[in-house]
Amino acid sequence: MTQSVAMTINGRRREDHVEPRLLLVHYLREVAGLTGTHIACDTSQCGACTVLIDGEAVKSCSVFTVQADGRQVTTIEGLAEDGVLHPIQQAFWNEHGLQCGFCTPGFIMAAAYLLRQNPSPTDEEIERGLEGNLCRCTGYENIRKAVRSASQAMNRAGAEPTAQLVGSAAAPVED
Amino acid sequence: MITAPFEYARPRSVDEAQSLLNKYGSDAKVIAGGQSLIPLMRLRLSQPTALIDIQGIRGLNEVRRDNGSVEIGALVRHVDIQRNAMLRESLPILVEMSNDVGDNQVRNLGTIGGVIAHGDAAGDYNAVALMLDAEIITNKRRHQARDFYRDIFTTALEHDEVVTAVRFPVSTGRFAYTKFRRRLYDWAIAGVAVQETGSSWRVGYVNLATTPRRGSAVEAALAGGASAADAAAQSGSDIDPTSDVRATAEYKRHLTQVLTVRTLQKATMAA
Ligand SMILES: Cc1cc2nc3c(=O)[nH]c(=O)nc-3n(C[C@H](O)[C@H](O)[C@H](O)COP(=O)(O)OP(=O)(O)OC[C@H]3O[C@@H](n4cnc5c(N)ncnc54)[C@H](O)[C@@H]3O)c2cc1C
Ligand code: FES
Ligand code: FES
Repeated sequence: MTQSVAMTINGRRREDHVEPRLLLVHYLREVAGLTGTHIACDTSQCGACTVLIDGEAVKSCSVFTVQADGRQVTTIEGLAEDGVLHPIQQAFWNEHGLQCGFCTPGFIMAAAYLLRQNPSPTDEEIERGLEGNLCRCTGYENIRKAVRSASQAMNRAGAEPTAQLVGSAAAPVED
Repeated sequence: MITAPFEYARPRSVDEAQSLLNKYGSDAKVIAGGQSLIPLMRLRLSQPTALIDIQGIRGLNEVRRDNGSVEIGALVRHVDIQRNAMLRESLPILVEMSNDVGDNQVRNLGTIGGVIAHGDAAGDYNAVALMLDAEIITNKRRHQARDFYRDIFTTALEHDEVVTAVRFPVSTGRFAYTKFRRRLYDWAIAGVAVQETGSSWRVGYVNLATTPRRGSAVEAALAGGASAADAAAQSGSDIDPTSDVRATAEYKRHLTQVLTVRTLQKATMAA
């Protein structure tokens, strides 16, 4: 039996009929065609699948699509505006915060959540804030640098994260 | 891995959740944050035929304080506990634990009701519920924590029972929690919680038996005036660890003694 779901992904509303067991990561990649969200460990360990639901970071491999019904979802594709990279994306570029790049979308989304909670994190707070994300190329030094430099750039610009990032904190689902 | 198929329903009230659980029968399960259940379903260690999603039920995400107790709604998430100023004053040990449950992504979804209902001996809050004599409130009754945890992943909950809140005594005395683990976001290999209540100490053990354990022997020794080291030497009779990939039972017994001393010292030095 399928279930109807409606959600806003990167500012665009969608309605679909899905099997309840369809995981959000598979919905995003295979139904919505947004393949920027990666799936790696498949066991809630690595954070490669991190997206924001109503502005809060979650592992989309550990959420059923039906649980996100009525919510606002932001994926890595939702960060750049008019072809201009988001400051966090730009900072990962500048600081070489990636090697193979597979973990990068997850790290960037986790960092987007972190910087919204805490715009000027210390190195230790960056490490704690990204504890749910693993990089098998182990480029953690540069990831930390990238987040630090993104924080500085965003504070300088007084830049609020993009509009979709600002969702109401997980309110109960409304029909 | 893809989970087995299931039916899905999203009730608006606890009564409706209960009737759905009865309608779908004993293979139906409640889902809250899904942070324990979904990983198990993906490994097909759990194959419920229906999931009753309680996230849309109002009134289960409140935190209240009255007459010496704090009542925490079942849907209150780890992140809500981290940020709750009233809990920081009334039950700081729980706030301290919440900071170290999983990672941000897990804490944004996982709920206290889920930890309690799952009954995992490694669930940090379960040891605190046990040692502080918390009350687990459901749609059918009030359970005393001491009678609640029955066996590995087994609690006193019946199939159509929904946890609605957990009630703790306000506990403002000295406290400490030590979570021993190899990596930041890991579960505890062993965890030791201590809380001063009035003139006595409560002790709780995380992941050191098939259920959470209370350090009754250690508590009794402390009450009798024993030093931290002498009291900690009693911990062997409070726990029943098994060997696993992370440590042998013998190692965990030794670790428990060492951590009990350190945690008591941390609590008394912090004041
Ligand atoms: C990577 C990772 C690391 C983690 N580390 C830790 C850790 O260090 N310490 C820790 O304590 N936890 C840890 N967790 C688990 C996390 O705390 C979960 O949030 C919690 O165990 C379950 O809460 P939930 O709301 O997600 O419950 P769910 O997964 O939705 O449900 C768990 C079980 O409880 C039942 N249930 C849930 N709510 C109710 C209710 N109100 N009434 C009746 N039954 C109910 C469900 O039927 C199911 O059987 C970790 C999880 C992950 C993925
Ligand atoms: S793919 Fe989701 S946490 Fe690894
Ligand atoms: S850059 Fe390769 S996994 Fe992180």
